[in-house]
Amino acid sequence: MSDPSKPNLLEVEDLWVRFPTRSGVFDAVRGISFSLGKERLGIVGESGSGKSMTGRAILRLIRKPGRVEAKRIALEGQDLMSLSEKEMRAVRGYQISMIMQDPKFSLNPVLKVGKQIMEAYQVHTKGSAAEARQKTLDMLEAVAIRDPERVFNAYPHEMSGGMGQRVMIAMMMIPDPKILIADEPTSALDVSVQSQVLDIMDKLVRDRGMGLIFISHDLNLVASFCDRVLIMYGGRVVEVCDADKLHEAKHPYTRGLLNSLPQLDQPREKLEVLKRDPAWRDEPSVSGVL
Amino acid sequence: MSGIILKNVDVWFGHGANRVDAVKNANFAVPLGESFGLVGESGSGKSTILRAITGLAQTWSGTITIDGKALGPTRDSEFYKTVQMVFQDPYASLHPRHTVDQVLSETLSLHGFNNVEERIEKLLLDVGLGPSFRFRYPHQLSGGQRQRVAIARALAPEPRILLLDEPTSALDVSVQAEILNLLTDLRAKRGLTFLMVSHDLSVVSHMCSRMAVMQNGHIVEILSVEDMRAQNASHEYTQHLLASSLGFTPSEAAQ
Repeated sequence: MSDPSKPNLLEVEDLWVRFPTRSGVFDAVRGISFSLGKERLGIVGESGSGKSMTGRAILRLIRKPGRVEAKRIALEGQDLMSLSEKEMRAVRGYQISMIMQDPKFSLNPVLKVGKQIMEAYQVHTKGSAAEARQKTLDMLEAVAIRDPERVFNAYPHEMSGGMGQRVMIAMMMIPDPKILIADEPTSALDVSVQSQVLDIMDKLVRDRGMGLIFISHDLNLVASFCDRVLIMYGGRVVEVCDADKLHEAKHPYTRGLLNSLPQLDQPREKLEVLKRDPAWRDEPSVSGVL
Repeated sequence: MSGIILKNVDVWFGHGANRVDAVKNANFAVPLGESFGLVGESGSGKSTILRAITGLAQTWSGTITIDGKALGPTRDSEFYKTVQMVFQDPYASLHPRHTVDQVLSETLSLHGFNNVEERIEKLLLDVGLGPSFRFRYPHQLSGGQRQRVAIARALAPEPRILLLDEPTSALDVSVQAEILNLLTDLRAKRGLTFLMVSHDLSVVSHMCSRMAVMQNGHIVEILSVEDMRAQNASHEYTQHLLASSLGFTPSEAAQ
């Protein structure tokens, strides 16, 4: 049901991520398809469900001997699978960028923050250093950092987790990508800081008309933050639904996850324990293509 | 009959200009058999209170009374027979080169038990692991199974008070449900007292009947779970935590 007035930014068809091991090939992602428009698409699942691998596979960031296979990964019609490694480098950061979970491991500890953001800008645009500096300061301001000059000259260890994550967002946003992939961007942060960071991401994505893939294990967060959700289990998509209808989800796995969450407003003596049905692994993947 | 009483407890790290006051003037009492929660963000001092009680943070002042006995600067083995702690990260709290059997038998022999064999089997059954897990190394266990081993180790000396430091925050939600259910069962069966630290309001509300909310080392409010559920928080910070835990609400500026 493709709507010609709203072309998809990204289309993924039959994506597999495979790791050869001594005991045969392990498939981390098993033939999933989805599309991304100018929307906030959530991918939820437990550890090992393949959600992070999906995000990385789009940017071809799977380390060898892992392999990415797909019928098609198309960014605005351009097939990413046919690009060479060198051409891929122009896509990463510039057209699709990625925010990882923990800013502590994503920033270079021995470089000042400002310099790292400037570098992200200069790699992709032929601007002067002065221009890059100005852009960086503007961007730091856009992610609600109160004193951009001070943060520009700070080292990563001098910042709190929330600030580090905002710096990461600034760095990923500065080349003005079309798609942002955020892999658990707030799970290392405290709840109150989490809402600030989400607010900033939400605003930037809205203002710039970007597509966002939001990978998370937190069902409530995804339900309240995203437009559409893919629920992954065992490398497959078991259910696709609108985020605001996540609580009416039908698949037993999704229901099980929702019921295993303790809830503030509904006290229960015992939590429901998820009973895994081996058949879930073998069900065909649900298509997330719009 | 009070199990844990804290009176005017301060905990700090470093000295002179580098002194950081991690906990300031903490006061609360947990009767035996109750389950009490400490909630707050990272750096609010909630884990530090547990560490001061167990003797892992040694610079503290005030009075901590456990089971009617005021604690001095050191802890004896009698104390560890009463109080045990379960740590946050089951990946870090088990020795990677010790089997489950070694972990449990070391604890048991330290506390002078002699029928170690039987006790290990019983402990493993109590935490829902079969005897087949006895000779495994931590890397052969999943996160939830490791946390079960950590709980078994804490239960080994038959304590009456368990200090739980974010026992499920490193686990998936479905595994979290299993561990929380296990803790609920064990508390009912053994009449344990829990002092539980978590950043997750819904987890604490599920497990505890009362909780203290901490911010920057201060306890800003102590309230019952009924008040928390009804969102009857009087302190602004508690209200803020409540709002954040209910999911993402776009700010007015974004709309």
